Amino acid sequence: MRPFDYRTPANAVTAVQAVTEHPAAAFLGGGTNLLDHLKLGITHPDLLVDVTSVTADTIEDFQGGLLIGAAARNSDIAADYRVRTRYPALAEALLSGASGQLRNMATAAGNPLQRTRCPYFQDPTTPCNKRRPGSGCAAIGGFTRGHAILGASTHCVATHPSDMAVALTALDATVHVLSAQGERTIPFAELHRLPGADPTRDTVLDHGDLITLIELPYSPIARQSRYYKVRDRASFAFALVSVAAALTVTDGVISDARLAFGGIAHKPWRANRAEQILIGEPATDATYRLAAEHELADARTLDGLDGGNAFKVPLLIRTVVSVLRRLAEEPR
Amino acid sequence: MGLSGFRAEVGFRVDGEPHTLAVDTRSTVLDVLRDTLGNTSPKKGCDRGQCGACTVLLDGRRVLSCLVLAVTAGGKDILTAKGLAANGRLHPVQQAFLDNDALQCGYCTPGQVCSAVGALDEFADGKPSHAGDVTAEPELTRAEIAERISGNLCRCGAYTAIISAIEQAADA
Ligand SMILES: Cc1cc2nc3c(=O)[nH]c(=O)nc-3n(C[C@H](O)[C@H](O)[C@H](O)COP(=O)(O)OP(=O)(O)OC[C@H]3O[C@@H](n4cnc5c(N)ncnc54)[C@H](O)[C@@H]3O)c2cc1C
Ligand code: SF4
Ligand code: FES
Ligand code: FES
Repeated sequence: MRPFDYRTPANAVTAVQAVTEHPAAAFLGGGTNLLDHLKLGITHPDLLVDVTSVTADTIEDFQGGLLIGAAARNSDIAADYRVRTRYPALAEALLSGASGQLRNMATAAGNPLQRTRCPYFQDPTTPCNKRRPGSGCAAIGGFTRGHAILGASTHCVATHPSDMAVALTALDATVHVLSAQGERTIPFAELHRLPGADPTRDTVLDHGDLITLIELPYSPIARQSRYYKVRDRASFAFALVSVAAALTVTDGVISDARLAFGGIAHKPWRANRAEQILIGEPATDATYRLAAEHELADARTLDGLDGGNAFKVPLLIRTVVSVLRRLAEEPR
Repeated sequence: MGLSGFRAEVGFRVDGEPHTLAVDTRSTVLDVLRDTLGNTSPKKGCDRGQCGACTVLLDGRRVLSCLVLAVTAGGKDILTAKGLAANGRLHPVQQAFLDNDALQCGYCTPGQVCSAVGALDEFADGKPSHAGDVTAEPELTRAEIAERISGNLCRCGAYTAIISAIEQAADA
């Protein structure tokens, strides 16, 4: 590991200043992803700016919604009674991720900013356009079981690994960002980007942009939300596919819906097309299936040494049907 | 800075005893505990968050010491499995591991024990897990225990007995 300096800034403004002025600096949250990457030798900051005490670690009521401090730990967010009852899909997504110890460490801002688990990205001896631009993509033609079926490019087929981010995408969250230019907000669904020709960038954030808060809006439909995650073992594993969903059914007809997918794209995937199909239709398996199929109409699956990832299409469709059926039949 | 890296002074308590040390900013709490302080109770199974063998209690919460930089632990209380046994008396979770034969080689055990202590505290605080309904009060079933300690791998496969030990400790 390369040597790095470590600073605890006095406040958020000085934290932003320290990183902005320093091209090889990085913010440090819980460190559960960054420290792993330092050890793997896939990132080489020479300065870590600890932001766990300069952003809030609390959850505050705000205009009928909630403001989650960037330094709030994943376990504390999941345990918050307001989150559990008003945004249950978020609590479920958080609790389905990592382990009890990791959730005690991981922060609200660090979780959505964690990087892909693509095995080649994590291995500095292989070509990877995300890690080393222009070096190629070892995943294409390699092991692709964990890789994307929507929105990938010829440069990168990685998926975003966060469960929390899928729930935040479905639940219309907003991130508050502080930069040297001042404050701004970004709809959570627009935070992450598709790889295109530049897979080095996971999000639209620039160097020195500090996430300070995650805002959950007032949302009656969010009370009727769930998160389903399908993985290779029952616990402590990343998603193969996942679905965050919220549904309102009135007299057997879907009056409103929120749907986002995980494990299948470079970003948490808001299923806008599927939502449009659901609304106004009868709450039946046939409707759910049709909506999921529509969202996946452009899916491109990958061959791979491990059998590839074509299984994700039927698996995701079935997961969508299953979670929507549960929401319709067993309102919370 | 040369290869020796940046150093910083940090003070924390380990198993109740205060220490002030000059550490390389790259050192983890795990490395400082084992290599500098000679406390080999936490184990290095993977060094990247995947096995739980390095679990300690940091200000009472279970964390993975392999992913905590020592410089970030200033002013904190670190409790290892070694420190759980006070005045020669085993902690109820430790005693329950013995009573239930909840180990074979023992390598994962200090991490399992710290994780179990943290998990039981989380349960007592009403914190939910993925095994139950997040909108309801959790119940400590065997499935619930298994989910809560899923971050601790046991290569010997002592899981069934580990869950029994945690059930016993919870009832104690
Ligand atoms: C074994 C293992 C299993 C896991 N399983 C899962 C899983 O199943 N599901 C899942 O979702 N996750 C899983 N994780 C990932 C875990 O959730 C993330 O590592 C964690 O959420 C990252 O949060 P952190 O605070 O530790 O981030 P850090 O590691 O501190 O930071 C991550 C990134 O965010 C940046 N950053 C941190 N804070 C800010 C801020 N305020 N503003 C701007 N940038 C910031 C850092 O510079 C860094 O680039 C797993 C991790 C491990 C090690
Ligand atoms: S899929 Fe993306 S992250 Fe993985 S090797 Fe290819 S370029 Fe790198
Ligand atoms: S050594 Fe820390 S989790 Fe494996
Ligand atoms: S007892 Fe041997 S690894 Fe758990």
